[in-house]
Amino acid sequence: MTDVRLDKICKTYGTVEVLKDIDLSIEDGEFCVFVGPSGCGKSTLLRMIAGLEEITSGDLSIGDRRVNSLSPKERGIAMVFQSYALYPHRTVRGNMEFGLKLSRMDRREIDARIARAAKMLQIEPLLDRRPAQLSGGQRQRVAIGRAIVRDPTVFLFDEPLSNLDAALRVETRREIAALHEKLGTTMIYVTHDQVEAMTLADKIVVLNDGAVQQVGTPLELYDTPANLFVAGFIGSPRMNLFAGEAGPEGIVTASFGTLPRPDGPLPEGNVTIGIRPENLHLTSEGGARARVTLVEHLGNEILVELALADGQKAVAQGPRNHCPTPGDSVGVTIGSEPLHLFDGLGRRIETRSP
Amino acid sequence: MIRVSAFSRSLIVLLIVALAVVSAFPFLWMVLSSFKTAEESMQTPPVWIPGTFDLSAYSSVSEVIQTGRSLWNSAVIASVTTAGILVTSLMAGFAFAKYSFRGRNTLFAVMIATMFLPPIVTLIPLYRMVSEMGLSGSLVGVILPNLANAFGIFLMRQFIAGVPDDLIDAARVDGASELRVVFSVVAPAVVPAIAALALFAFVYHWNTYLWPLTVLQGATDEYPIVLSLGRLLSYNRGAMNTPLVMAGATMAVLPPLVLFVFLQRFFVDSMISAAVKG
Ligand SMILES: Nc1ncnc2c1ncn2[C@@H]1O[C@H](COP(=O)(O)OP(=O)(O)OP(=O)(O)O)[C@@H](O)[C@H]1O
Ligand SMILES: [Mg+2]
Repeated sequence: MTDVRLDKICKTYGTVEVLKDIDLSIEDGEFCVFVGPSGCGKSTLLRMIAGLEEITSGDLSIGDRRVNSLSPKERGIAMVFQSYALYPHRTVRGNMEFGLKLSRMDRREIDARIARAAKMLQIEPLLDRRPAQLSGGQRQRVAIGRAIVRDPTVFLFDEPLSNLDAALRVETRREIAALHEKLGTTMIYVTHDQVEAMTLADKIVVLNDGAVQQVGTPLELYDTPANLFVAGFIGSPRMNLFAGEAGPEGIVTASFGTLPRPDGPLPEGNVTIGIRPENLHLTSEGGARARVTLVEHLGNEILVELALADGQKAVAQGPRNHCPTPGDSVGVTIGSEPLHLFDGLGRRIETRSP
Repeated sequence: MIRVSAFSRSLIVLLIVALAVVSAFPFLWMVLSSFKTAEESMQTPPVWIPGTFDLSAYSSVSEVIQTGRSLWNSAVIASVTTAGILVTSLMAGFAFAKYSFRGRNTLFAVMIATMFLPPIVTLIPLYRMVSEMGLSGSLVGVILPNLANAFGIFLMRQFIAGVPDDLIDAARVDGASELRVVFSVVAPAVVPAIAALALFAFVYHWNTYLWPLTVLQGATDEYPIVLSLGRLLSYNRGAMNTPLVMAGATMAVLPPLVLFVFLQRFFVDSMISAAVKG
């Protein structure tokens, strides 16, 4: 059992509180992704799990052990760093065997493990090279190889793909997913890229400002964001947010008139309405009037940036066959997907009746 | 590359050659003089090239001083001190560069400040401490107070600060102890600095005069070669035998020179490879 549990974990640097009361449980074999904007504390949290950063308060356990005061090695984790952090003066083989030699492993066992990992990652021809003689993608494989040979109970990744170019990033992302499939080991992965989070994760933990915003599967976060932050963060392009006023007749908005009340209880007062770009449609007649300010081609689809009558901006995503040009006046209607509603404090209002 | 015209190029080369001649001259003069006879060395105008290459001065040196013993003492003092400085500078430099602890900056500033104390100021108090420990007259007394040095720590701190934190953390995750991190991961990353420091320290402690003179208190068996040279000077009641002194000096200079030639190549190589790696 190598689940990872965080119980009221806090981290302060001096008087600055960087992480507040983090409660989290990551199941055995799960692929868990920490995602959030820069500076939200993702790396700090990961480094605390690794044992590289002291835990100010709270309990961390891996498997059945409380590991707060154990060294990284004793925790049985392996980590892959954004900068790869390969030992520059050692060969690829030297990099992979360093930790194994330190634990006085039998030479034959070391060679066997390196051979196995090198085969899995297709870096066999590179074993005698130094990191300076490798491309970025190859270095990344070696860094992963160095983690694999240690046969850890938990893999930790801190933005491992952000130094790779776009094509290689997609490829390596797939390989990491395949690796997880193959090894079945618990993995914790930090990224600020929500596409990476959506594609890799069994479970996503959205962090902002040192606090957990929401924990869930990728689709749970996409379909039912718990608050405005998650709504804005998950999904690309971002969800459109409009101000509205909930009353007995429905929700009054500036641009779309009065929208019908959704099912379920709806507290009256100020609300925020969230509509994903793919749920906004352009029409030539009817709908809310808007001016096209920008058109972006994604290939099969287009993104249309709109200025609504009240000056608010919105983005619609749709098929490219009705492509407007900037300056056009168009109508905007809301599609059939359920609306996302948030109360005055930014919390999700559950609208669908159970 | 900056473009330089052929004319200014030759001017620069000329200047470098002139500087090289000026600095090499005393050295050449020393070596040439060691082969002269006593009469040749005193003639005016001076004799440049000795008539015969007379090696007798070299054998005479060992009649006055214990050449082998003195060279050995120098080697022990310089190499043990250098090794000590490398170890302490790496460890302290690492702590200053990569640990954050209360009072770090103050401590570092105080340490830097000691670099500005003229050595003469600390000579007597240091001697008293060494002597109270019962170490005067011994090589241990000469070596012990020099095993750590502010300049070395400063130099190492500056270089180690440039070693990525991730590299150090990777080694910790791999199960390396802090000492192992310093010597197996950080040290190889700062080889040029280590080579430079080793060179400076070795040459300095090979040549140092005042401190061993104070500590050794006339225990001539323990004299390093530089102190023994002094005995060559005063031998013969002040009537200086130039070829004798020059022969001794030539022998004294050779070991650090060889080390320099050896380390310099290494130094330049590692600088180039560091530059290529980027
Ligand atoms: N050693 C430190 N001393 C003081 N504050 C720190 C220290 N390390 C990190 N912080 C602060 O903690 C916060 C979280 O940092 P962290 O590196 O975990 O962010 P992150 O989410 O990984 O960001 P990024 O996506 O940019 O890597 C930041 O506000 C940072 O300034
Ligand atoms: Mg980070």
